[in-house]
Amino acid sequence: MAVIIEKNTKILIQGFTGKMGTFHAEEMIKYGSNVVGGVTPGKGGQKHLERPVFNTVKEAVKHTGATASILFVPPAFAADSAMEAADAGIKTCVAIVDGIPSHDMIRIKRYMRRYSRNEKMTLVGPNCAGIISPGKSMLGIMPGHIYKEGRVGIISRSGTLGYEAAEQMKNLGIGISTSVGIGGDPINGSSFRDIIEKFETDDETDAILMIGEIGGPQEVAAGEFAKENMKKPVVGYIAGLTAPKGRVMGHAGAIVSAYGESAVEKVELLKECGVTISKNPSVMGETVKTVLNNL
Amino acid sequence: MDIHEYQAKEILSSFGVTIPRGGIVYSPETAENKAREIGGSKWVVKAQIHSGARGKAGGVIVCNTPLEVAQATDKLLGKKLVTNQTGPEGKIVNRIYIEEATDIEKELYLGLVFDRSSESIMVVASTEGGMSVEEIAKEKPESIIRSKIEVAVGIQSFQARELAFGLGIEPELIRRASETIVGCAKAFSELDATMVEVNPLVISKQKQILALDCKMSFDNNAMFRRDKVSELRDKTQEDEKEVYASDRGLNYVSLDGNIGNIINGAGLAMASMDMIKLAGGEPANFLDVGGGATPEKIVKAFRLITMDKKVKVILVNIFAGINRCDWVAEGIVQALEKIEVKVPLVIRLAGTNVEKGNKILRDSKLNYIEANTLEDAANKAVTALKK
Repeated sequence: MAVIIEKNTKILIQGFTGKMGTFHAEEMIKYGSNVVGGVTPGKGGQKHLERPVFNTVKEAVKHTGATASILFVPPAFAADSAMEAADAGIKTCVAIVDGIPSHDMIRIKRYMRRYSRNEKMTLVGPNCAGIISPGKSMLGIMPGHIYKEGRVGIISRSGTLGYEAAEQMKNLGIGISTSVGIGGDPINGSSFRDIIEKFETDDETDAILMIGEIGGPQEVAAGEFAKENMKKPVVGYIAGLTAPKGRVMGHAGAIVSAYGESAVEKVELLKECGVTISKNPSVMGETVKTVLNNL
Repeated sequence: MDIHEYQAKEILSSFGVTIPRGGIVYSPETAENKAREIGGSKWVVKAQIHSGARGKAGGVIVCNTPLEVAQATDKLLGKKLVTNQTGPEGKIVNRIYIEEATDIEKELYLGLVFDRSSESIMVVASTEGGMSVEEIAKEKPESIIRSKIEVAVGIQSFQARELAFGLGIEPELIRRASETIVGCAKAFSELDATMVEVNPLVISKQKQILALDCKMSFDNNAMFRRDKVSELRDKTQEDEKEVYASDRGLNYVSLDGNIGNIINGAGLAMASMDMIKLAGGEPANFLDVGGGATPEKIVKAFRLITMDKKVKVILVNIFAGINRCDWVAEGIVQALEKIEVKVPLVIRLAGTNVEKGNKILRDSKLNYIEANTLEDAANKAVTALKK
């Protein structure tokens, strides 16, 4: 089985009938994802893209048995939608939306503490490209065809930089088991550590590429986890060598505000954890190849 | 989003924090009167710019008469103040805050920030006020005390008390000190702040607890529900090109180099800048036109980059996913029909339909240098610069 999503994972689109929701639902369906319906409050009972629309996530789960959802709701309502998904028993929720207030993200994460570890929803994002397990299912907005099926896991904060890596790997004949975009916000649903832990126990993944950037403690936390607990090799790249301190570089979370958050410091700390560093973004694929050859 | 000291003081004051008497003026003529209105016998004239360390830059002047207040105001207004946080170009002083002088007995530090490790709000306090928190952390780390706020219930009185006692505040002032800490925490939570800093928080000789200097920053993503806060934005304190960009939905940061960048996605933009640096060049900016890289955004991006006189080469790097390269290429060709680019232009397309995209560019009349990989693009940009 793939990590997080599988071939037949039943998927709901939250914000189904909107422009974004419609467009990406169609892309996901074309890729082969098992989209079973969607939610748009007030439009329950209608059909959209030949699939049922529900008023609430709870109703949708009851009728379709969906276990995953993807959010295409505006930032002001995204926290509410994520909590609704968690409460309805959704197991995996991807929040694509960029612009959720940080205070709302903290609220979502506190809300989810009410669930036991086994019951707790995995929230991925916000401000991310989503999840793809090539050849199986796509729960995201990435161009599916650039991902070759294979045995390397990718975790990336950035969307397009993740695509860049996937394409470099494809050109070298290296495939991907699952790629997870965890998003560019300062407070996110799943951290590098959360996902790297899933890859370690995934029997379809041999190595992991972690694409980080300046700001926050999560890359190093994952590196420390890998050093203590992991057998699979980890390759890392950190973007933002030239980023000035104290400035937000596009992603709300890409800001250096403490020691250990700059690209140079993160690279040093990751090396100490035994992570193989891709020395520049043009050789992410080649670095993964070298590591795979040594397995 | 940052705001001025006097605005932060007004906000904190409405949350029960005591501030010295003061008022804002925009001209020397009104300054003298304002000083009389505030009363007392000694005033502090403070330049309002979005930066700390104003005192060291000459932006804070102590005055003994209302006339001196007017003279100090005259001296500071319209001036560009350069601090260690503003960059060499400095920031313009358009507003002056006049405040009664405080007899300081003790200076403390109080700050609230998001703690990304614990994903909560952290209160940081120290007995060593007046220094920056970085300096305190380096020179007197043992003086720092912290308390984590559980966001579901907000700060509790006992936490504020613990902090106040931890700062060695005398018993009769504990209640006021706690109220001050609680006020700051409430302002942080209720207004979608990302930072509140009172430095120094002082105990005056008259045994008052006063916020002498304040700084607040807010979450840009939450401004849709904070009308009053967003009205406090002062665009004169921001880089002109950055304001132009943010008004047009572009993520832009002005930098010191001479290779201009137009890239889709923040991560890819940072990575491209890194490649430029590794190739021996310096980026003039960070610019993310958004994952979609729509033709409208590309036009706006070219307008913005061509405004920047220090740009000697432009590097375009677009990884087209769902929006195919042919579509992006058409957008670039259209943009350059409207905007004249006088410097060498390097374009690298990647992703969906890259061959079609490159063919469209080659078949157009566009004068540009084609690049294939990230590394190739950076090298070609640096080479073009040297020619």
